[in-house]
Amino acid sequence: MIAESGHYALVLALALALIQSIVPLIGARLRDAALMNVARSTALAQLLFVGASFVALVTLHVNSDFSVANVYENSHSMKPLLYKITGVWGNHEGSMLLWVSILALFGGLVAAFGNNLPLSLRAHVLAVQAWIASAFYLFILITSNPFLRIVNPPIEGRDLNPVLQDIGLAVHPPMLYLGYVGFSISFSFAIAALMEGRIDAAWARWVRPWTLVAWIFLTLGIAMGSYWAYYELGWGGWWFWDPVENASLMPWLAGTALLHSALVMEKRNALKVWTILLSILTFSLSLLGTFLVRSGVITSVHAFATDPTRGVFILLILCLFIGGSLSLFAGRATSLKQGGLFAPISREGALVLNNLLLTVACAVVLFGTLYPLAMEVMADFKMSVGAPFYNLTFVPLFALLLIAVPFGPMLAWKRGDLLGVTQRLLAAGVAGLVAVAIVWGWTSGGATLAPLAIGLGIFVIAGSITDIVERTGLIRLPFATAMHRARGLPRSAWGTAFAHAGLGVALIGIVCETTWNSEYIATMKQNDVAHVAGYDLKLDGLFSRQGPNFREMIAEFNVSRDGETISVMSPSKRSFTTRGSSTTEAALLTRGASQLYISLGDATAEGAIAVRIYHKPLVLMIWWGPVLMAFGGVLSLSDRRLRVGAPKPARARQRLQPAE
Amino acid sequence: MTRKQRRMTIIGGSLAVLALAAALVLNALRDSIVFFSTPTMVAEKHVAPGKRFRLGGLVQPGSLQRGDNLAVTFEVADGGAKLPVAYKGILPDLFREGQGVVAEGALDANGVFKADTVLAKHDETYMPKDVADALKKQGHWKDDYGAQASGGAKPAATTAQGNPQGAVR
Repeated sequence: MIAESGHYALVLALALALIQSIVPLIGARLRDAALMNVARSTALAQLLFVGASFVALVTLHVNSDFSVANVYENSHSMKPLLYKITGVWGNHEGSMLLWVSILALFGGLVAAFGNNLPLSLRAHVLAVQAWIASAFYLFILITSNPFLRIVNPPIEGRDLNPVLQDIGLAVHPPMLYLGYVGFSISFSFAIAALMEGRIDAAWARWVRPWTLVAWIFLTLGIAMGSYWAYYELGWGGWWFWDPVENASLMPWLAGTALLHSALVMEKRNALKVWTILLSILTFSLSLLGTFLVRSGVITSVHAFATDPTRGVFILLILCLFIGGSLSLFAGRATSLKQGGLFAPISREGALVLNNLLLTVACAVVLFGTLYPLAMEVMADFKMSVGAPFYNLTFVPLFALLLIAVPFGPMLAWKRGDLLGVTQRLLAAGVAGLVAVAIVWGWTSGGATLAPLAIGLGIFVIAGSITDIVERTGLIRLPFATAMHRARGLPRSAWGTAFAHAGLGVALIGIVCETTWNSEYIATMKQNDVAHVAGYDLKLDGLFSRQGPNFREMIAEFNVSRDGETISVMSPSKRSFTTRGSSTTEAALLTRGASQLYISLGDATAEGAIAVRIYHKPLVLMIWWGPVLMAFGGVLSLSDRRLRVGAPKPARARQRLQPAE
Repeated sequence: MTRKQRRMTIIGGSLAVLALAAALVLNALRDSIVFFSTPTMVAEKHVAPGKRFRLGGLVQPGSLQRGDNLAVTFEVADGGAKLPVAYKGILPDLFREGQGVVAEGALDANGVFKADTVLAKHDETYMPKDVADALKKQGHWKDDYGAQASGGAKPAATTAQGNPQGAVR
């Protein structure tokens, strides 16, 4: 009964989406407010029905109703409650339902909080939103219905893939989808602007917060996924340049570019056409990501399904939306008026450079992701493009970008003074060089690039601090005045500083982890001691334990340094009986920003066990960086200027606001 | 500067960055791409020692030998040819004799494939997609590989989930 209601709710949501696709547009054509307002009610009702459908699927999973195929294939009655819930999106059908639920959520938010939008713009935006929704409802209902019943219900389910039975599954996919799907809003706004043939700074002020929300979630989602892979897969890697990861990185790169170009448009009314194009490209890359992950063209931990009809269906959606939106863009873009002149050396110029490097870096990742697929189809040979390729292409481009990062926020709008900015950044530059010298001396030669990269990271962080110091006048002015000015500084200025500093932090983490990572692999017996990076790890013993739906073998290590015991680490190896597969649960010991990492291999007949121990210096900074970036995003979002639904400041005040 | 000059500066800058990116990509394509081969393809093409590639096939039953200090040797076969592989380290959870494997490394002077990475990148039918495709092409594909390994799982199950995309290093 629940399954049928869920299915029915989904069909109703499709019907509502179809109405929402057409009626508001007719209303806009006829200038009929009542018809345009249909978009608002249908968007909210759609959210209600998809929400009901999603809740139905969660209920089925929680109740372990194995008469439903989706539950049977991905659940087990012994599975802990948390994983019964997260297991809902740990499979193809459920994750697509989550995708559309989030899409409806964003549509509902625009409907609910879009009261100060021009009526026809809102009607257009919600109609475009409904096109996307209709396509994906059809996809779910036709090719991947999660509510299908099994005629003869089995007694027990097949359990969820053990790798996915982790708290990471509760956080990573919803976050990532909030990011991916959140970019649909800027896409819909862009299409609406093209259809109306009208775009202005108010448009950018509307798009920016939505883009920012999506970007924050995507940043956190990617970081979370990376940390999850790091501790779950048992060999300490945190980024694989796997096509599926690239699929999430590309919208992030394009979305970051979009955030910056929307800024130019909002402040200076320039780069209009480019911003529209970026909005389209960002969501197109999200759709491409969905295609790569969901179609089964790529085998990876994320590819649940390898059913060709699904791939073809998503490919159709992809072509329809990307092709359609780009043709509309080609046809209409010239009609948008250009405005706002600026010199190449200016804040706008710096943001253009940022956009250029980000989009080119994104294009390089796109090339690396699709080239092997294209070669396989056309030239019929297989190859892989991995880390070495990206190290030679993506990394230099990003290094250039990072060098430019501290300059951007300090340049003036319209016409900047590069020499003056360089002088003000002198202290940051010196800090960077000192860092290079210290690291160089400390590691006595060794790797050449690593000290330089760390210096760059320090330069970026010091540059963000310099920006804040300059704005508040911390050194030039008395302390109290500086504090007063700091309070008066727009939140978005703080946001910029935090986000940019986050880049530097992540860079330092990445460089330290990859360069000075120490590794120890051996078979160990009881009371054997491993020496890794100054730590002594003694294997105290092996014992086994019964979990709710698995058996695990635990190894206990006593960790000490200079004879002093620090902690006990207990990595384990779990075997899941239902699926007959096993997972490696690594043990982590955090020391400052560094971590010790132990994962287990196979046990031999003589009671010895293969062990892999890593010491990863400053590894946590890799994820602190994105968290800082997201925090900067949140600060920027709370800026009065962007607050959704905030009353418009008076014109006079707006003119007096500092241009940051 | 006139409007036109400004536009030209920006277009010039964009072209410079694009040219840089294109140069980087072309340079990277020359030597950072790793090709996929099966033992038969290796035998036919006479791959030079030291040239990195990915080797895919089935682990020859009975060929796995464990040496001291985590050294292992095994043979990879694809029905047409066999190639000895040497590896040092921990094998992935899903490494089994008679089942699919992908290893990355290079041939040494004696024709032994020195692997530095053994990938466990396959789904629960224990068959990496690359290996399955290569075997199908050579006509060595038996449909029972998949059915045997998945332990009689419901054939209609389309939720073949991947396993850790990680590798052993």
